[in-house]
Amino acid sequence: MIRPHDSLIVQTLGRFLIPVVQLFGLYVLFFGQYGPGGGFVGGVILGTGMILSVLIFGHEASRSQFARKILHGDGVGMLIYAGVGGLCMIGGGEFLNYSELEIPGLETASRRFLGILLTQIGVALDVAVTAVSIVFSLSAEEIIEDSING
Amino acid sequence: MILSYEIFLLLLLLMTAAGAILVKDLMSAIMLLGSYSFFLALIWGWFGAVDVAFVEAVVGAGLATVLFLLTLFGTPPKESRLRHPPRSVTTLIVIPLLGILLLYAAKDLPQFGDPNSPASVHISPAYLQRSYQDTHTPNVVTSVLMDYRSLDTMIETMVIFSAGIACALLLRRQTK
Repeated sequence: MIRPHDSLIVQTLGRFLIPVVQLFGLYVLFFGQYGPGGGFVGGVILGTGMILSVLIFGHEASRSQFARKILHGDGVGMLIYAGVGGLCMIGGGEFLNYSELEIPGLETASRRFLGILLTQIGVALDVAVTAVSIVFSLSAEEIIEDSING
Repeated sequence: MILSYEIFLLLLLLMTAAGAILVKDLMSAIMLLGSYSFFLALIWGWFGAVDVAFVEAVVGAGLATVLFLLTLFGTPPKESRLRHPPRSVTTLIVIPLLGILLLYAAKDLPQFGDPNSPASVHISPAYLQRSYQDTHTPNVVTSVLMDYRSLDTMIETMVIFSAGIACALLLRRQTK
């Protein structure tokens, strides 16, 4: 169990910094096709923003409730990634061959662009949720109290 | 001048790495490891591997440090002091030998950025030439990772997924 941080400076800075971190995570995720970055880094930055809010405001604060809600969504990102692969198979191609995605009115290269974007979102979701979930596992109430009691 | 900057960074890297091993308590070791990752990220950025530098800065200096700290807070205080066992004769002989062997092998590595090295004549030119027409993605690293080598990335994501599940199964206990 993580309690809220006492210091006013840390809390104020956290209120200011966490949205900036989240926005930067989204930027890195969606501009991974134009510059450095991509699904993995974007997901870790998004997860780190949520971890920061848990570390500063504690487990029970309203700001941390979002992290608490998504805690058990580990498989969603994996499902998106494999789902895109499955859609390619339904479209008549090999697994994860994005050019067979069945979207009318798009040329092959744009289909592959879309496939890359969707799988990147899948990776980002998976990584972000896993990072938050590991932090929650490590800071579970019973573990900390056991070690204090002996 | 450029060279001195590089040497300064490498010296800092060596100092933080040695400090993380030699230091007496775990808290300082964790902090030194975090700064080690940060200097490593700077060096990779210097070499032009911006994607790798990004991951190193975020995961190595940010996330891993937080995870180590949380583990440390769950450790009883008397166990967070490091006791260094006396060095055995085998270590003193084997480790320098390994170092000499690696330095000997490093002589045969291709020059940094050599266009005729085996790694950059086999399939990289094809990726570099065709990536934009194939996928409309200017960043070749992304198109290789997520399109040409998509299955590899999927299995890597699965590894992270199973790491999260393993942590939850091992560490979380049923609350009353």
